[in-house]
Amino acid sequence: MPTIEVENLHHAYGARKALVGVTFDVSQGEIFGVLGPNGGGKSTLFKILSTLIHTNRGRVRLFGYDQAEKPHEVRKHLGVVFQHPSLDLKLTVVENLRHHGHLYGLWGRPLQGRIQTVLDQLGLTERGRNLVETLSGGLQRRVELAKAILHQPSLLLLDEPSTGLDPGIRQQFRSHLAYLREQDGTTIVLTTHILDEAEWCDRVGILDEGKLVAIGTPEALKDQVGADVVIIDSSDPEGLATRINQQFGYGYSLVDQSLRIECAQGHEFARDVVAAFPQEIQSVRFGKPTLEDVFIKVTGHRFVEAAIKENRET
Amino acid sequence: MRRLLLAVMTLWWREVIRFFRQRSRLISAFAQPLVFWLLLGAGLGQSFRPTGAPETTGYFEYLYAGIMVLVLLFTAIFATISIVQDRREGFLQGVLVAPVPRWSIVLGQALGGTTLALLQGVLFLVLAPVVGVHLSIASAPATVGIIFLLSFGLTNLGLMIAWRMDSPQGFHAIMNLILFPIWILSGAFFPISGVPVYFEWVMKLNPLTYGVAALRRCLYLDNAAGAGEIPQLAFSLLITSLFCILTYVGATRTAAS
Repeated sequence: MPTIEVENLHHAYGARKALVGVTFDVSQGEIFGVLGPNGGGKSTLFKILSTLIHTNRGRVRLFGYDQAEKPHEVRKHLGVVFQHPSLDLKLTVVENLRHHGHLYGLWGRPLQGRIQTVLDQLGLTERGRNLVETLSGGLQRRVELAKAILHQPSLLLLDEPSTGLDPGIRQQFRSHLAYLREQDGTTIVLTTHILDEAEWCDRVGILDEGKLVAIGTPEALKDQVGADVVIIDSSDPEGLATRINQQFGYGYSLVDQSLRIECAQGHEFARDVVAAFPQEIQSVRFGKPTLEDVFIKVTGHRFVEAAIKENRET
Repeated sequence: MRRLLLAVMTLWWREVIRFFRQRSRLISAFAQPLVFWLLLGAGLGQSFRPTGAPETTGYFEYLYAGIMVLVLLFTAIFATISIVQDRREGFLQGVLVAPVPRWSIVLGQALGGTTLALLQGVLFLVLAPVVGVHLSIASAPATVGIIFLLSFGLTNLGLMIAWRMDSPQGFHAIMNLILFPIWILSGAFFPISGVPVYFEWVMKLNPLTYGVAALRRCLYLDNAAGAGEIPQLAFSLLITSLFCILTYVGATRTAAS
């Protein structure tokens, strides 16, 4: 039985459609990333998975329990790290953990033991007595994680876990997550708008304008794009594109006033195209496909543009 | 069941700890009404004498019970207003995805706010002899009892608003437009006798009128005449208890939706 089963999920806020026919499964022990620009529907999906809102249409089952019918059962096995801090700044680290434990029916010695374990696991033992408001952002994030895993959830949901963390701490946070999966077989689902973070997941679902436009391992998704990507800047991109098409036979897409061409032997094509049109070409970039290229291929627009467009609309 | 009690207790305790770690909140909820009392009592004392009260009752003394209710109201509001933010980007987010029913969350919060208001109320009660209200072995515990009921009802009222609001600003607007007028029209500020008839009806329909009356009845338990012309104790207690139950149910329903 998959840990998460989402079937033809639709959700709308009034007339605005946030999710449109989303279907996917997540297996036990998997690290699954929901990648998409802000406003793509990630937050809504996160709220539904964390039982904060009910589904309008479609079915969501977690651990075999229907999200809408048995939210209480679902919540017992769920650990959640929110995008906004969910710690009480006026309490110490241990006090935060203790209150949280009580909400999950933990108390007394067993709770004390669990608190000690998670503090050790996340290297927070020295900070137990500190007021949360006196900790740095990175440490607070670690306490958030400690809180979310205190009751040993089988599924850990994280909403934009890397937002506001510097790269070093991001890396550290990821190794904590990887350790959890290794140690306890915890299933991890995270939402992100950071491409690099999605690369790190076992599987990625790309969410754009409420639709799940692609799903698979990062490698499989990148293989869809083709071998290499060559991006050419020119003063007359469309004219150049036609001529490249006549001479080399490659199709193209125009993204952000740049020509984007997928081809098998990118390095040879880059050399040949510069030799063929030295006057028209301003610059040529050549690279292996990234998840951004996957995003462009399946949506027809750039990742950043999607976010900007969405921000304008909302 | 133990699990639910644990949830209620932990949320209750958290409210209490938070409050004590934010001294400015503690002080302002107490000091604001106190200043109000001193200024109004001193300013109006000479020109305004409450109708329906005994000759010996000055305005300073009359206002005492009213200010007591204002202390409770302010503390209840200060305790609940933080929920608006807490729900969106704070500790409450985690509570909402925990396996505990909404009624237990509301009960924990309500008891937390009630405890704080009760503490502030008892602190204010110490000032009673200053205005000539002498407490006895009977009237002191009775007064504390009614302070508890009022605190619980007012905190629930605060919760009903806080769970509905998206911003603290909205709460402030409600406070100025609804809560403050309810207090003014409860017999806390001026007596019901002597106001125009239509006003009298508004005051009679205001549930807080009976809360203030119950408080006065308890303060003057040994000297019924001192309380003035206000509703009887039994009826006031009944209405206040009903107010507590209805606001609790209301707050739970608001939180569940």
